[in-house]
Amino acid sequence: MLVLAVLAAPLAVSFFSGLVPWRRSVGWLGCWAMVVVSACGAALATRVLHGSSVTTVDGALRVDALSAVMVVVVGLVGTLACWQSVRYLDAEIEAGRCSRRHASLYGVLVQAFLAAMLLAVLAANLALTWVAIEATTIATTFLVGHRGTRRALEASWKYIAICSVGIATAFLGTVLVYLAALHAGSHVHAPASLDWTSLVAESHHLDHGVMRLATALLVLGYGTKVGLAPMHSWLPDAHSQAPAPVSALMSGVLLTVAFYALLRFKAVADGALGPGFPRLLLVIVGLLSLVVAASLLIAQHDYKRMLAYSSIEHMGLIALGAAAGTPLAIAAVLLHVLGHGLTKAVLFLSSGEILSTEGTSEIGEVRALLARRPALGAVFGLALVALLGLPPFSLFVSELGMIRAEVEVGLGWAAGVALACMVVVFAAMTSHGRHLLLGPVGPGEHASRTPGIVVVPLVAALVACALFGMLAWPLAPLLRAAAKTVAL
Amino acid sequence: MSRSGYVAMLDLGAGVVLVCAVVTLWRRSLAAIIRVLALQGVALGGVALVLGLRQHDGALVVVSFVVVAEKGAAIPAVLMRVVPRGPTSRELSPLVNVPASLVAAGALTLLAFAVSGPVVALVPTATGRLVPLGLATVLIGVLAMAIRKKAVSQIVGLLLVDNGIALVAFLATGGFPLVVELGASLDVLLVVVVLRVLGSEIRSRYGVLDLDELQELHD
Repeated sequence: MLVLAVLAAPLAVSFFSGLVPWRRSVGWLGCWAMVVVSACGAALATRVLHGSSVTTVDGALRVDALSAVMVVVVGLVGTLACWQSVRYLDAEIEAGRCSRRHASLYGVLVQAFLAAMLLAVLAANLALTWVAIEATTIATTFLVGHRGTRRALEASWKYIAICSVGIATAFLGTVLVYLAALHAGSHVHAPASLDWTSLVAESHHLDHGVMRLATALLVLGYGTKVGLAPMHSWLPDAHSQAPAPVSALMSGVLLTVAFYALLRFKAVADGALGPGFPRLLLVIVGLLSLVVAASLLIAQHDYKRMLAYSSIEHMGLIALGAAAGTPLAIAAVLLHVLGHGLTKAVLFLSSGEILSTEGTSEIGEVRALLARRPALGAVFGLALVALLGLPPFSLFVSELGMIRAEVEVGLGWAAGVALACMVVVFAAMTSHGRHLLLGPVGPGEHASRTPGIVVVPLVAALVACALFGMLAWPLAPLLRAAAKTVAL
Repeated sequence: MSRSGYVAMLDLGAGVVLVCAVVTLWRRSLAAIIRVLALQGVALGGVALVLGLRQHDGALVVVSFVVVAEKGAAIPAVLMRVVPRGPTSRELSPLVNVPASLVAAGALTLLAFAVSGPVVALVPTATGRLVPLGLATVLIGVLAMAIRKKAVSQIVGLLLVDNGIALVAFLATGGFPLVVELGASLDVLLVVVVLRVLGSEIRSRYGVLDLDELQELHD
């Protein structure tokens, strides 16, 4: 029941948004749907805490602790993004940039996008997860181009073209896993199962050569959707051009939903090939992403692109964490997924607010936010502090956990390179942040208030992120149980 | 169907799929490229049909008809409607000239044979031997996307990738579970429709057809 409710809530709202013309109450309904998803996710989490799982629909959907963590992350970030969507659409309609029909389309697509992500993490089966992740690409393309500017349309073209190739590569990898499953053991048994649990159980029977090829294709293919180098080039464009709530969803959860598929698959590959080969691939793409992000962040002049490159950096970090693969590492990766999702959503949502009031996304043209818009500036600044991995926020704890796990499995050198990149990112982003936030107030300018309805949910998300960093309860047992499902 | 006839028909179908991929690199008229793509879709459906009949697999026969209807007719029709008449409907200046891209296609085919060794070893039948042709089609599709500038040519590249993967799936596994196969086909159709809508929106608003005129976003 709970599992179906998680999917039904956004689907019903998506359908309903298509039937009626846009009005605020429909937007708030979308927000409520995400609250329901978060609550169901939390309820499911308590049921699967001890390693059991809940299955429905003939075993097509399964929730274990790992899926429950992802449902909660999608629900929380979704709530924030849907909350802010109401304001975004209000402003667009008021400015005459968007008709009511276009606004309904936005409502339909955002909820469909959320439903597709939830299906991806609930699916019990490798192929169903693939179909759901492909569906997220289709749903988000028009959302990226929703503002209709030339740049936004260019970004959405690039997005769907590159991600379709990536996801096709992942499909080829899936086909090869199916082939290996068909020939597992001494006899051919069709139809083979692509169910995650049975694949993991049978993984040591899978053919080595085919699985190596499949692993490489899946890391490259899903890596495209995760935004890992060398297939990351769509990400800064799409995330900077999309409307702020959509950027928040794409950066905050879509990347990590694709990463979830990699984590599930890694458990199969580890069983078939031993940990060495998957680890090697993840270390390569992880370090490459960190280096790319660090080098392009230094001279960045657009604050939305800055946030997008920081997402590439964080995806590189969790790829390294997954490469280590111990229970500690995976728990830290999942905590990082949660912390990054919340803080990056806060940053994108507040940057959308900055963009709509300042009218530019150039770092050089925005100054003294802390003095001119104290509440908004403070939220942006605090979220930046959280993103850079400073205590008391949870990203500090999760980064520490990942580095410790990497050193324990002999990846200390990779952790060293990662730390060097993180120092560069830290320097670059504090310098950009200082430009945006500090500085003298110009003559004739005075402080203006930011409405409480914008600030309250963002502050709540930052407080949650800090609490997750300081308290072990209630997350620690859930993360431990989730880590056990895919760790070495 | 005798065994040798069955093998010959599979060879023919898979061969046509690869040859069509190469021909899309050679031709410059967008209309001609789309017709070649339709032929490739029919050949792909033919492979599925032959396999389905041989293995008495009803689901695969159904899939083969879906493939012909979708890739042989529906998608080419959608694409044909956006190809304007006149000189703009030609790929005039790809980043790599035609002879060089044909050489590259040859090299990619060799690469496909090299990396698909483990798959051929695992499926030691008439079908497994043809898997490299599917992989070569995938690689040529990626090449086409990288070197072509017209929006329609990029969609064609993506469809080559997809057809190549479908060929690998049919040959190596005798078809995916029906639901997955249909889900994947629906996804591809939707992607093409989305790309087409996006392409005509870009063209009608900004009068741009070549993607290299869209270069405002970079670092």
